[in-house]
Amino acid sequence: MKELNIDARVDNLNKVLEFTDRELEELDCPVKVQIQIDVAVEEIFVNIASYAYGDGSGEANITIEHTEDNSTVSITFKDQGIPYNPLEKEDPDVTLSAEQREIGGLGIYMVKKSMDDVIYRHENGSNILTLVKKLSA
Amino acid sequence: MLNINKDADGSKLTIALQGRLDTTTAPQLDEEVKQLQDKVTDLNFDMSELQYISSAGLRVLLSAQKLMNKQGSMTITNVSPEIMEIFDVTGFCDILTIK
Repeated sequence: MKELNIDARVDNLNKVLEFTDRELEELDCPVKVQIQIDVAVEEIFVNIASYAYGDGSGEANITIEHTEDNSTVSITFKDQGIPYNPLEKEDPDVTLSAEQREIGGLGIYMVKKSMDDVIYRHENGSNILTLVKKLSA
Repeated sequence: MLNINKDADGSKLTIALQGRLDTTTAPQLDEEVKQLQDKVTDLNFDMSELQYISSAGLRVLLSAQKLMNKQGSMTITNVSPEIMEIFDVTGFCDILTIK
């Protein structure tokens, strides 16, 4: 298991992606899957950085681990911010035209669609969100 | 990192994107879209060198599409299979004109 503790700020996004990508590259993750995981990591981290601590600041703890056979990775984000379950956000209507489209909700929808599992829990004052993804293309 | 290369020819403008269109780089492209002149009626995004797009990038494409619906047309060319999949999942394949 690898772990990163980092200030929850949007300008740290690249450091977070470097951290997860390094591990995915070691696991020979296919490019398509790596992009899907990057998108999910970006959405979750940017959400934490933008909203978890309101106008204040705080940390995000990110861990990445894989199954023994390297077939599946789990990436877990932990913050001590405002309790928030992004999975409760209503899915956007992806059949609407450009004019009718709303801007919000698309990010978390992409996460739900592209990951094999997304689990949220609130425990001991922490938001804990885990992304699970099989690495086969 | 995102590089934006513009090639204007009268009312036609091609914007070639190279790198990553994410939360940190999308504002650069948003700025370009906001500065688009009225005379541009044919806007093309060349994505041959674009490696990655997140929802922040999709938002900019959506606002560009809304703008061009008013003043002309917009096309997207040279989309990689990985980015095409993101357009498919989000329904953007129906909003955008992808060639």
